[in-house]
Amino acid sequence: MRITQGCFSFLPDLTDDQIKAQVQYCLDNGWAVGLEYTDDPHPRNTYWEMWGPPMFDLRDAVGVMTELKAVRDAHGGSYIRLSGFDNSHGCESVKISFIVNRPAKEPGFRLDRTEGPGRTIGYSIVAYSTQDMPADE
Amino acid sequence: MSEDRSADEVTIDLQAELEKSGVLEVLGSLDAELVGLAPVKSRIRQIAALLVVERVRRQLGLAAEPPSLHMSFTGNPGTGKTTVAQRMADILHRLGFVRRGHLVAVTRDDLVGQYIGHTAPKTKEVLKKAMGGVLFIDEAYYLYRPENERDYGQEAIEILLQVMENQREDLVVILAGYADRMARFFNSNPGFRSRIAHHVDFPDYTDGDLMAIADLILTRQNYRLSDGAREALSCYVGLRRTQPHFANARSLRNALDRARLRQATRLFAAASTGISTNDLITLEADDILASRVFGDESARP
Repeated sequence: MRITQGCFSFLPDLTDDQIKAQVQYCLDNGWAVGLEYTDDPHPRNTYWEMWGPPMFDLRDAVGVMTELKAVRDAHGGSYIRLSGFDNSHGCESVKISFIVNRPAKEPGFRLDRTEGPGRTIGYSIVAYSTQDMPADE
Repeated sequence: MSEDRSADEVTIDLQAELEKSGVLEVLGSLDAELVGLAPVKSRIRQIAALLVVERVRRQLGLAAEPPSLHMSFTGNPGTGKTTVAQRMADILHRLGFVRRGHLVAVTRDDLVGQYIGHTAPKTKEVLKKAMGGVLFIDEAYYLYRPENERDYGQEAIEILLQVMENQREDLVVILAGYADRMARFFNSNPGFRSRIAHHVDFPDYTDGDLMAIADLILTRQNYRLSDGAREALSCYVGLRRTQPHFANARSLRNALDRARLRQATRLFAAASTGISTNDLITLEADDILASRVFGDESARP
């Protein structure tokens, strides 16, 4: 199941040149570009692992692309996202975030039902990719 | 073949190309704001001409790969290497050989780490920052310490060489330092020598140059020298040159800063009599003669 999260997720995956153009747009606006990766694509998972500190003092997108290559080499089987953080007063939040790498096989989610009192049912989803195994195994 | 023919047919106005790029302004300001340095200026003009030709060739599809633009600036301290590197970044940017045109100036401390495994991330961080611009490595020879074979500088050198070779369109590296030590550095690191296309040598300033620089600095700060002070300063320049740690324009700038300090003290001492605007902008001979360079009385004019 193809995960759709963040910007551009209903488009075909961006090519490296397209990613580079987006990164340059972020840097030109003075946003800090960060790279994060995770094996758990649950939509409420806000704790992705950071790949190095956010890059806030670069002028050119090539620097970010080098890091992107490095994180792909190290965690090619994980989801990797790139985000641009705008620290200007009144915003101070992520302005753009999109997936730049996904595993070859995306198993999707399992729906868990929990019976509660009075025939109520609680639902939760669990990513198959996190089943049974802790990350890195 | 068709490409060859079209290249023959197209006539190119190099002068127009040069004017369009805005490089002439940079070269003009180089002439106006930097005193002396005639050989450097002519070298920069040669490089600029080469770049314009290269750009025209590229537009016609004649140049296959980006030219090697890495440079080495050699000369004594205070001869304007950093300033010229800044202008060089501007020229390269205007001609489209670097995308952003910023200058990142670093020394050994910024590139080499203190522990095993510390150097590579540090060097890569600097390279990332410099991407799309010019990386200026001051006193580059400190990267290589032959007396310590486990020195981490070698690691930084290897990363640098790799980027200088593979990412020529992303980054231009300028190495700077004393001429003799740079020569030794290049001898022990042939990899660097072969990757650097342009060697520019910065001569020391003559006494006349230094006086012109003094005028330039003082005019910018709204000061002027009295006749006596001018004489004292030219005497100072002659003497200072013979002393150790002479750093050309930098020594001169420091001397002038100290003279301003003494002028301020003198004005305070004379404050009871009232001072005029003229007093505020004029440096007198005494302000300069009080320098320790004129150690004994005999040296004074």
